[in-house]
Amino acid sequence: MTEPLLKVRGLTKHFPVRDGFRARGAVRAVDGLDFDVRPGETLGLVGESGCGKTTTGRMLVRLLDATSGSIEFDGRDITHARRAQLRPLRQDLQIIFQDPYASLNPRHTVGRIVAMPLQVNGINPPGGIKKRVQELLELVGLNPEHYNRYPHEFSGGQRQRIGIARALALRPKLIVADEPVSALDVSIQAQVINLLRDLQRDLDLAFVFIAHDLAVVRHFCHRVAVMYLGKIVEIGDRDDIYQRPQHPYTRALLSAIPDVTTLGPAGRIRLAGDVPTPLNPPSGCRFRTRCWKAQDRCATEEPPLITRDGGGQLTACHFPETGTISQDSGPVGATAEEVSK
Amino acid sequence: MVRFLLKRLLLAVSVLLAVSVVSFLMFFALPRDPVTGMCPKNCNAERLERVRTELGLNDPKPQQYVNYMKGIFVGRDLGSAQGGKCEAPCLGYSYVNSEAVSDTFARVLPVTLNIVLPAAVLWLAIGVGLGMISALRRGSLLDRVSIGITLTFASLQLYFVGAVLLLIFVYSLKILPTPRYTPIFDNPVEWARGLVLAWLTLALLFSAIYARLSRAQMLETLSEDFVRTARAKGVAKRKVYGRHALRAAITPIVTIAGLDVGAALGGTVITETTFGIQGLGRTAVEAVRQGDLPTIMATVLISALFVVVANIVVDLLYAFIDPRVRLG
Amino acid sequence: MSLSPVEGVALAEIESTGEGPEQKGLVGRSPGQLVWNRLRRDRTALVSGIVLVLLILAAVAAPLISRLYGTSPSQQFGDLLDATGMPLGYVGGVSGDHWFGLEPGLGRDIFIRMIYGIRTSLLIALGAAVVTTTIGVVLGIIAGYLGGVVDAVIGWFTDVALAMPFLVFALAVVPTFSLRFYGPRDAIPTWFAVTTLIVVFAAFGWTGTARLVRGQVVSLREREFVEAARASGAGLWHMLFRQLLPNIWAPILVAFSLAVPSYVTGEAALSFLGVGLPESVPSFGRMIYRSIDYLQTDPAYVFFPGITIFALVLAFNLFGDALRDALDPKSSR
Repeated sequence: MTEPLLKVRGLTKHFPVRDGFRARGAVRAVDGLDFDVRPGETLGLVGESGCGKTTTGRMLVRLLDATSGSIEFDGRDITHARRAQLRPLRQDLQIIFQDPYASLNPRHTVGRIVAMPLQVNGINPPGGIKKRVQELLELVGLNPEHYNRYPHEFSGGQRQRIGIARALALRPKLIVADEPVSALDVSIQAQVINLLRDLQRDLDLAFVFIAHDLAVVRHFCHRVAVMYLGKIVEIGDRDDIYQRPQHPYTRALLSAIPDVTTLGPAGRIRLAGDVPTPLNPPSGCRFRTRCWKAQDRCATEEPPLITRDGGGQLTACHFPETGTISQDSGPVGATAEEVSK
Repeated sequence: MVRFLLKRLLLAVSVLLAVSVVSFLMFFALPRDPVTGMCPKNCNAERLERVRTELGLNDPKPQQYVNYMKGIFVGRDLGSAQGGKCEAPCLGYSYVNSEAVSDTFARVLPVTLNIVLPAAVLWLAIGVGLGMISALRRGSLLDRVSIGITLTFASLQLYFVGAVLLLIFVYSLKILPTPRYTPIFDNPVEWARGLVLAWLTLALLFSAIYARLSRAQMLETLSEDFVRTARAKGVAKRKVYGRHALRAAITPIVTIAGLDVGAALGGTVITETTFGIQGLGRTAVEAVRQGDLPTIMATVLISALFVVVANIVVDLLYAFIDPRVRLG
Repeated sequence: MSLSPVEGVALAEIESTGEGPEQKGLVGRSPGQLVWNRLRRDRTALVSGIVLVLLILAAVAAPLISRLYGTSPSQQFGDLLDATGMPLGYVGGVSGDHWFGLEPGLGRDIFIRMIYGIRTSLLIALGAAVVTTTIGVVLGIIAGYLGGVVDAVIGWFTDVALAMPFLVFALAVVPTFSLRFYGPRDAIPTWFAVTTLIVVFAAFGWTGTARLVRGQVVSLREREFVEAARASGAGLWHMLFRQLLPNIWAPILVAFSLAVPSYVTGEAALSFLGVGLPESVPSFGRMIYRSIDYLQTDPAYVFFPGITIFALVLAFNLFGDALRDALDPKSSR
């Protein structure tokens, strides 16, 4: 097995909640994550809104500082690296944003947007910046002649391609994609996902793919981590997660994907209640308040994230499920958000 | 709420301290000393030096500042050259006529307040009223005329308006006396007749500004969802505008009004100079011309005090009008 | 800056429009072109714009006008005054040679002094507006982007500057400032007086722009394009002036165009109070200050400069207003 490119250990982010001068507790947005990403691999990070997946992505590219834990990238600890130290790493570690309308500076031309990472890092590629930018535009399927246009002249999908071109400008090894398609029309989603997949194949990119759309994740990711209230409840290879989910929460998420073969609500697990507040999460297992299998033990003892069968699938549950579910991934995805509705 | 107030007060005190330090540095820490100006010709060096020592101008600057501040809060002894013991709040003695600056202020401050306060009532009433009406009748003839007039008035110069009013009412029509201050309790009619031009001058300009502000604010509020909801719910128009919209629109106006205390004081300086009324503003102008440092310094400090206090009052009003602020 | 609250009101109006400035970009091809088209269609903007251009031209070409007109601003026409120093003829001595008449007492030509007055006024106002806008933009953008302690410190300085009653303070500072470098009887060079005024305006005037810019930046700061630049390793300079600044040009432009008339007013007010420019420099404030004494005997002397400065300020205010409407698609008019 190859050495992981990204190694995350005990990653935690608490946002202090202040009341005047005193701190009054903290929002535990992310609470002790462990995971690895190997070169060229895609890890899907799935969960409902507010589970901390976006915060995790922001921490990976150091837009947010971790409260504790460590992020190791390419063998170097970057958890607290300063800007100057980060500089060489920036080139290897990039991010694609969710909202293609907010992620491009509306006052800059496409050429300037895509060239920005090169310029701020003082890189002058052979053949000049303009040539490189046009190559990049072509790479993501845009017309290189559109170099001098402004973002508002493009559609959402095209804008997302511009964002991808910008992320690729520095030839990164890992891209954190924060819900890159959830703001797009379904028909456009597939195009962008296919583009990402082609790029991954051609450029040997690794991805941390943050999403709430389980169908998209299945389509694109090698491995999947399911998050709930700032913790990973289950992580494993795609097929294991989708066919043999062990955590009840994963199961509930999967059951919400509309199934072409068994129409109707037959096998759907409906979760009761709302997601508890991360300001004061439940003791023990955080999912217990909504879990149909919860027992006393779940309230007192936090289940560790361990393997049940000796394989690579890790589950944090005292009473894991064992059965296999068969399911075709339909083209239309269910979202994690839908589960709680 | 208490904590919010405390925080606000602390901030205000620090701002006032900063203003006092800056003014002190500006006026007292100059290389050229004021004593030379006080006796232009027949002063020998020895006498100059004696006066300097008595005024404390030979002390280190920080010491002078501390003494000055001490004078304000507990009083100080200024020595025989300056009229001896000076009770708190001691602002020093005028270099020009040796009057205690605090006495001067006790005399001129009421004059300025008698100009500004009625004028402020006028311009707030006219300005906010006109702004609200034109917002409610948006696009009407009244609205368009009011937009034109307010922008025109807002571009006028106080002294020009003052001069024109003076020319019309005092010199040509002769229906008003030359502007002067009569205490209201002595003769209310003369009080009003003597000051009405000053009020009008200030009100004309400032009400134009407030009309523009209120109109914009009211339009903004009227387009908000809660107003539309209230209308859709069937709440009477009058009630929606009166109770919901007005309340929301008035809040930012209150803020601006608080900030405008400084502008109003500036306005009085010009108005008093134009009309020759001896208030705070004219006193300041004269003090500046005569190089009367204690008076200048005190004017700046008192004006700053007004601004800061007005802002605290505004914050309190804010908390009263807008419940969300109380969480602050 | 509390001198001309028109500016403050307009800034408050900009802020209250609420939505980010970059939505404008969505409307058409080039945002600049769009604004230009809107301005051209706005009659108020057109008229006030033309008036402004004429006044600015007059200011720039003052020496040329002086030559064509055949009179210099300091030339005295004592023979056209009567024994008491009042100009002969009607309306303050208006004639073919002296379009706006003569000054009582000194007998200088009012028209050409006003042309030079516009020049002085605009020089100071534009200078002050450039300086204050620059300071305000830099401080506002830094406070807004960095937030936290930096923001609090800059906010405190804003509070201090706002607590100083501008006119009273300027009144006190300007003469003391010149006393620092020149004796009470020395002639103060014009450039020094002009610089002093600009410095004093700058010391107070930056707060409005700073607040405005800070507000805009705070709403932009969390945008993903800002994060994208940070994730690429952009430095502070790049973040502030390459990423953020291009997005807040519109409100800055409006603030600038409304700051200019407020400094015209400010300079005139200080000169009116006798602390602005030396007597030898033609200035509106000085003229009106002198003219108040002749209000009864020669009202024309008050009116010509009074009307001209009013026209100047009004044209700027109207144009600034129109500019704001043109830049704001949601504008309520």
